[in-house]
Amino acid sequence: MKLVRLRDASRPRISLTLEGAPIEAQQGDTLLTALLAAEAGHLRVSEFGDGPRAGFCLMGACQDCWVFVEGMGRVRACATLALEGMEVRRG
Amino acid sequence: MRVVVVGAGPAGVRAAEKLVAAGLSPIWVDEAPDGGGRIYQRPPPGLERDARTLYGFEAKRAEALHATLDALKPRSEWRPETFVWHIRPGARELHVLHRGRQERISYDAAILCTGAMDRVIPVRGWTLPGVTTLGAAQIALKAQGCGIGRRVVFLGTGPLLWLVAYQYAKAGADVAAVLDTTSFATKVAAVPGLLRGGATFAKGLYFIAWLRRRGIRIAEGITPLEIQGDANGITAVTWRDAAGRDCREVCDAVGIGWGLRPEAQLADLAGVPFRHDRLQQNWVPVRDGAGRTPVAGIYLAGDGAGIGGAEVAELAGTRAALALLEDAGHRVDAAEAARLEGRLAGQARFRAALERAFPFPAALARALADDVILCRCEGLRVGELRAAARADAATGPAPEMNRAKAFTRVGMGRCQGRVCGAAAAEVLAAELGCDVAEIGRLRGQPPVKPIPIPAAVNAP
Repeated sequence: MKLVRLRDASRPRISLTLEGAPIEAQQGDTLLTALLAAEAGHLRVSEFGDGPRAGFCLMGACQDCWVFVEGMGRVRACATLALEGMEVRRG
Repeated sequence: MRVVVVGAGPAGVRAAEKLVAAGLSPIWVDEAPDGGGRIYQRPPPGLERDARTLYGFEAKRAEALHATLDALKPRSEWRPETFVWHIRPGARELHVLHRGRQERISYDAAILCTGAMDRVIPVRGWTLPGVTTLGAAQIALKAQGCGIGRRVVFLGTGPLLWLVAYQYAKAGADVAAVLDTTSFATKVAAVPGLLRGGATFAKGLYFIAWLRRRGIRIAEGITPLEIQGDANGITAVTWRDAAGRDCREVCDAVGIGWGLRPEAQLADLAGVPFRHDRLQQNWVPVRDGAGRTPVAGIYLAGDGAGIGGAEVAELAGTRAALALLEDAGHRVDAAEAARLEGRLAGQARFRAALERAFPFPAALARALADDVILCRCEGLRVGELRAAARADAATGPAPEMNRAKAFTRVGMGRCQGRVCGAAAAEVLAAELGCDVAEIGRLRGQPPVKPIPIPAAVNAP
């Protein structure tokens, strides 16, 4: 899944990492936006073997966008602002 | 008197406004950083579009609501980023989580304005990355300036289907198709009732006409077949059209949704009874026209009390606050209360017509193939739920939703059945050969959303 930036797309840049690889994002991005507007493709893998997931409701209800952030633990990517230097792992 | 308002969307803002006007300083909690609810959600700092671009026709309403919200913050005990995960009506206590910290808030009376989320029916392929709810597609655009893909199909039914497609096309996204499971004839038949909606109805017609003029592919009365793709993304959507022909459209993202369902978990935990609303095809908490519930001290307003939309939510928020004040011995303006109830009744008639124009297609859920994923949390497939309903099931047949949950884990996952619940109920009812109202509803459990275990362990 790749989010396409349509509006408000020239905000100051921030850098974070996903599984150690650099991700460039923009100030005001949620983690979900930061990762899926970059090349992450997905956020987690279903525990039941049915493949990758990339969030679904974007309003904190479905719990299908869980990722891990160093120092914060498990968070909902749709409801967590991306901040400079965050180290993210897939959920 | 300690009064709590839960939620800062249209209902919560108007409820808080009325309480403050009466000289109270309510504790006001909201999960989001800056209120507004889902409909008037404000983007994070740094995103700078104006209200007109963000909210379209609703810009004036959004601006007015935000202005009231901001003015009320210093006059109430405003607690943003505060998630209520439990309510104990006996102790009159809320359990909340704020930035990883546990707190309890005691109350004498509470107005719950907890909103709604998309109602979903599974489609083969719906768990692939690139499929979101219609509400999610809208939030991506509104709050983040992003489209869910480069070429998007919108699939489902209801006003939101057409609104989101319009908003995407307007923002410069490539809208590949709008696929409405409701036939044109069904919508036309509801027109007399819809005329009551006046401007709201006119806006809906405008969106549809605008999309048609743009030459965007539109199909009504369709049956979805499959969202195609693989781990790398979505490639196409297939459906059967009203004439029975198989159709396909290439895309890299799909927004799906069939109306809304109340986020009523806190009302449930508070002990408010529920009834099955046949027209809305939703379980809704029991309340009177003023928002009073059978549970002393608990009031409800907005979509969390039954889907009505943002305009209704504002009226209902004010009305519920008046009810609370009256019950607490304050003098309230009876004429104002009556006027509000009159307007709410008028809106309810329009809402009934909307429900008829965009009915929940229960038959789609009932006809799902056995191997389609039903519960995305647990990776549970439709056939597994059907098996639990059969007389020869090893456990004995599951006669209602909570037994089915125990036997199959349907709705037991981290979303607590918010996503699969509506479709699961139809699948179970069909298998048992009974009405969906007869098999009950998934009971809410605390925490109403997952919270970190240390937070629960350290609860004071």
